[in-house]
Amino acid sequence: MEVGQMQRRLVDYTKTLFMEGFLDAQFLQLQQLQDENNPDFVVEVVSLFFDDSEKLLNNLSMALDQPNVDFKKVDAHVHQLKGSSSSIGAQRVKNACIAFRNFCEEQNIDATLRCLQQVKHEYYLVKNKLETLLRLEQQIVAAGGSIPMIDMGF
Amino acid sequence: MARDGGVTWRRTEKIDRFNLSATDTAEEVHVLAVDDSLVDRKVIERLLRISSCKVTAVDSGIRALQFLGLDEEKSSNGFNDLKVDLIITDYCMPGMTGYELLKKVKESSTFREIPVVIMSSENVLTRIDRCLKEGAEDFIVKPVKLSDVKRIKDYTTREFRVGEKQGPRKRKQRDSFDLSSSPPSILSSSSSPESQSPCPSPPSIPSASALDSPTRRLKMTSSE
Repeated sequence: MEVGQMQRRLVDYTKTLFMEGFLDAQFLQLQQLQDENNPDFVVEVVSLFFDDSEKLLNNLSMALDQPNVDFKKVDAHVHQLKGSSSSIGAQRVKNACIAFRNFCEEQNIDATLRCLQQVKHEYYLVKNKLETLLRLEQQIVAAGGSIPMIDMGF
Repeated sequence: MARDGGVTWRRTEKIDRFNLSATDTAEEVHVLAVDDSLVDRKVIERLLRISSCKVTAVDSGIRALQFLGLDEEKSSNGFNDLKVDLIITDYCMPGMTGYELLKKVKESSTFREIPVVIMSSENVLTRIDRCLKEGAEDFIVKPVKLSDVKRIKDYTTREFRVGEKQGPRKRKQRDSFDLSSSPPSILSSSSSPESQSPCPSPPSIPSASALDSPTRRLKMTSSE
């Protein structure tokens, strides 16, 4: 596949992610911070996000698995996840965290367990999509092309 | 780079994007960034460096105080040469909150002149008010963007030009802060409009980038 085709595929793919709400403007902001001197910035931040999130999801699973759930602790973890997902533009994860926190406040065990499943679901979805997106970018760069800037009109 | 949340140390770099003009020949602005989130530290660091700032990023209020040399009467550990021109800190942090850090800084005779900016994902007016009353320069709602960083950088630039400690105090003293007049203002200073934060009122942000979404300003009025 030649570079032009790859670039078009990337643009289409990225636009879909925005339309479907997986990513928001903050992700574009991160891409704007990447340049020739910092060509791996987005990959690095996203990797940090993956590591951080998986750790938090583990902590959440454990915290909700206790006989006496400490909802303050659960809320603290969700707050962190909400923060980092917001910082990279992972909109659906962020929104799932917001809902999660509401149920933490209510100390509703069943609802929070469902929320955890929802957050995990959204996380693995966006992880998958980001990995695909970043792989496409990598292929373009490897083929000597440049990563097109997407204008979403935000 | 330390990944476990230690101090991230960056020396001066000739930054790509913003060339130093004749007026900027003074040393670069040195920002101390405080955030317990690794992801956020990475982002804020990049935002600052791309805006031609030197950055020291730490993961807690305690470490921030240690860096400043304010911790437990410890004498300076050689960091005094690296003057901090601005502190930007997250509000919600385990241990010492950003608010508590703000207070400690403002209580210090040596460091109270340093502008402190608070970041928070929560847009809570009482929180904002509290911080401004305590002497915070500004309050940024996360996620932080380039336009936010460009704006806060102005706080230090003005200080430089004005001659700093001898210059007029543009920072609000701990007087009553009048929120009753018109829409709640994020600003503690009533000076130049260019430092207007993205409030509901139509702002005149000179550095508004294409990404400075108007919906963000609307977000300021509603809670999440």
